Amino acid sequence: MTTDTRLNLLWLQSGGCGGCTLSLLNAEQPHLYAHLEQSGIRLLWHPSLSAASGGAVRQLLADCVEGRQQLDILCVEGSLLTGPNGSGRFHMLSGTGRPMIEWVRQLAARARHVLAVGSCAAFGGITAAGGNPSGAVGLQYDGDQLGGLLGQGFRSASGLPVINIAGCPTHPGWVLDTLLALALQRFDAADLDPLNRPRFYADHLVHHGCPRNEFYEFKASAEKPSDQGCMMEHMGCKGTQAHADCNTRLWNGAGSCLRGGYACVSCTEPHFEEPGHPFAETPKIAGIPIGLPSDMPKAWFVALAALSKSATPKRVRENAVADHTVITPAVKKTGLKG
Amino acid sequence: MSQLIVGPFNRVEGDLEVSLEIAEGRVVSAQVNSPMYRGFEQILAGKAPADALVIVPRICGICSVSQSHAAASALRHLSGHEMPPNGRLATCLITACENLADHLTHFYLFFMPDFARPAYRKRPWFARAEARFKAETGAAMNEVLPARAEFMHLMGLMAGKWPHTLSLQPGGSAKPLTQAEILGLITLLRGFRRFLERHTFGDALENIAGLTSLAALQRWRAGKASDLAFFLDLADDLKLNSLGRAEDRFLSYGAYQSGDGLLFPSGVWDRVPHALDSQAISEDVSHAWMATGATGEPLPPSHGLTQPSPDKPDAYTWCKAPRYAGQVMETGALARQMVAGHPLIRELVATSGGSVLARVLARLLELAIVLPEMQRWAAALKPGEAWCHDEKMHEKTRDKTHDRLPEDGSSVGLVEAARGALGHWLTVRHGRIESYQIIAPTTWNFSPRDRRETPGALEQALVGIEIEDGEDTPVAVQHVVRSFDPCMVCTVH
Repeated sequence: MTTDTRLNLLWLQSGGCGGCTLSLLNAEQPHLYAHLEQSGIRLLWHPSLSAASGGAVRQLLADCVEGRQQLDILCVEGSLLTGPNGSGRFHMLSGTGRPMIEWVRQLAARARHVLAVGSCAAFGGITAAGGNPSGAVGLQYDGDQLGGLLGQGFRSASGLPVINIAGCPTHPGWVLDTLLALALQRFDAADLDPLNRPRFYADHLVHHGCPRNEFYEFKASAEKPSDQGCMMEHMGCKGTQAHADCNTRLWNGAGSCLRGGYACVSCTEPHFEEPGHPFAETPKIAGIPIGLPSDMPKAWFVALAALSKSATPKRVRENAVADHTVITPAVKKTGLKG
Repeated sequence: MSQLIVGPFNRVEGDLEVSLEIAEGRVVSAQVNSPMYRGFEQILAGKAPADALVIVPRICGICSVSQSHAAASALRHLSGHEMPPNGRLATCLITACENLADHLTHFYLFFMPDFARPAYRKRPWFARAEARFKAETGAAMNEVLPARAEFMHLMGLMAGKWPHTLSLQPGGSAKPLTQAEILGLITLLRGFRRFLERHTFGDALENIAGLTSLAALQRWRAGKASDLAFFLDLADDLKLNSLGRAEDRFLSYGAYQSGDGLLFPSGVWDRVPHALDSQAISEDVSHAWMATGATGEPLPPSHGLTQPSPDKPDAYTWCKAPRYAGQVMETGALARQMVAGHPLIRELVATSGGSVLARVLARLLELAIVLPEMQRWAAALKPGEAWCHDEKMHEKTRDKTHDRLPEDGSSVGLVEAARGALGHWLTVRHGRIESYQIIAPTTWNFSPRDRRETPGALEQALVGIEIEDGEDTPVAVQHVVRSFDPCMVCTVH
């Protein structure tokens, strides 16, 4: 008899939309199940994918809580709903008569690794928008403040805090690469950024690899949906500040928000759901966007923007406010001879 | 009399609990509990109207585009915009991609794996069901997951990503396609057709869409080895045509407006077809943990109220009970095809009612009907022409979509998600959302009892199911629940 050396994984969903799971199903080359198998990950149970239902699941959860079943990886998708009045009744796990937050507290205390999948589970996310009617918090953060459901001092059995795979939704690669790194034991505290997001994707900016880069360079700006120009100046785009590799690790084949014609809403960041301004508008003071590119001094940005606007080629200026290329790049000889 | 509580209920989208009363081995009464409340309607109040485009897709990861579509429609009606032809075609393609992908996911990942359960190990077809459809490890997964992911490259090309796109705008699509992208689109649609024809149907899509009677279906299936043919064998053996009937009243808001008309029209089926009257819709909250309006009467969603009341007596779910002219309605692919008059579906319902078989078959038929339409829509896209209406196109006053919306007004967006009729009712005052009410497909299908104690569609469909001794999670109950392809995160939102 051989011992199963694979890591097991229990996935729970609470105050979210299930979109991180649906995004995970977009995994390709190989597909999700093959990827998990190759990575040495075995699903104990996943609410959207597994066969077990009802009584079998209640038994499994009880076994994990009481230590009869070892639990290697606990993934939580969706915010943790603490309301009304701290009771957690806004989500009672069906069939159990108990609030989901109680299950999550008990299971997290047993798990070797705890993963918050998506910005809801990481920080509260969209469910915490407006007046946060359901009392939504993240596993270990409430917005950008440490705490959340499990508290600032929480460490899973591995010694790590909750790993925040933030994003709304998460890219399948962010989840699968985290799982693989854990399985390979090449993931430790140094692999987490200051918000406990895996650095392999969070040390990038969405801006990196943005196909609108030429428009950005010249501050040739889109003015309405379907324009091709840069969306930072008018359309609310936060790609120069938001941490993620969306424009180098593409979505659904060749996509990203920017490629889809719309602004980055910085969905990997705490509080993205409450930017303090309409999402599709860039707040400005004296015509200058308040949210400047990360690490860029304001004076330099203003000076460079003025210079680049004055140097904008006609092609770039006109294409920026059109929905197709109205002026094509000039044909040039690119070698030294000819 | 005994009681059985079934949950956690998996392979549905979101969390669900079903309480059954059982007497003499049969379900005599069922209560459906949608156990999670997030409060999107409360969240939306006070926001800039266009912010709904960011917020509402996040109600649901599996019908995200449909939520987006409904919001964009409501905002469009408020603005009085018309979409240019490319915008209409793009909207059809993006919504169809989600709907068909959902149908595919439902059949292969959510519904069929139940036939690989040990409860069926003595059936002659069990070995085949287990080999092909077992959850996670069935051989079909190796074909379906790549085919689904490649089909959803449409979202990468046309919508940036899925779920949670912002490409669908009140004026059309924010994403213009180039010639190269349109060619890529045409290629991926051909690839998905090839998958469906090879594995799901074992025949040309047009031959499936053209099955116009039960007799034609019987002739067609003889000797076929496809997944559809196998499902029909199972359905015969387990009599899925007599399982899971509700009231056979069907509601559809109509789908896919590529030109002037709809591919599937709107309407209501109640023994005969009727025109849709959206004013006939109201929401009863007598058994929901929701506050009642001042009058105590069910409220139309245009004047709806969503305020939790967690200690309300007699309530057992967060889900309201929508009613159409006071009646329970079922919605989804079956309803769409009943209203649209698909002859095979109409004959099936006339013969044995709305059933597990009818619901699943209607979804598969839509795969065969809609994909060829998608190919026509893709071929009609014109690069260089407008994708998104913008009346102030060349005015520098531009800034912000919401400035082009009226400061005050009401509107509604009625669309069809994969699971059926989805409505957003919007009221704007002083440029901010005053009220935003949503009725999702599964809110209809999984509604609780109303004040006349009339159970919702699933609650009725579960009555009469035989429960074997010792079954704590009866498989027939699972078939009926999953036949609706419920989306619980939409249901309450």
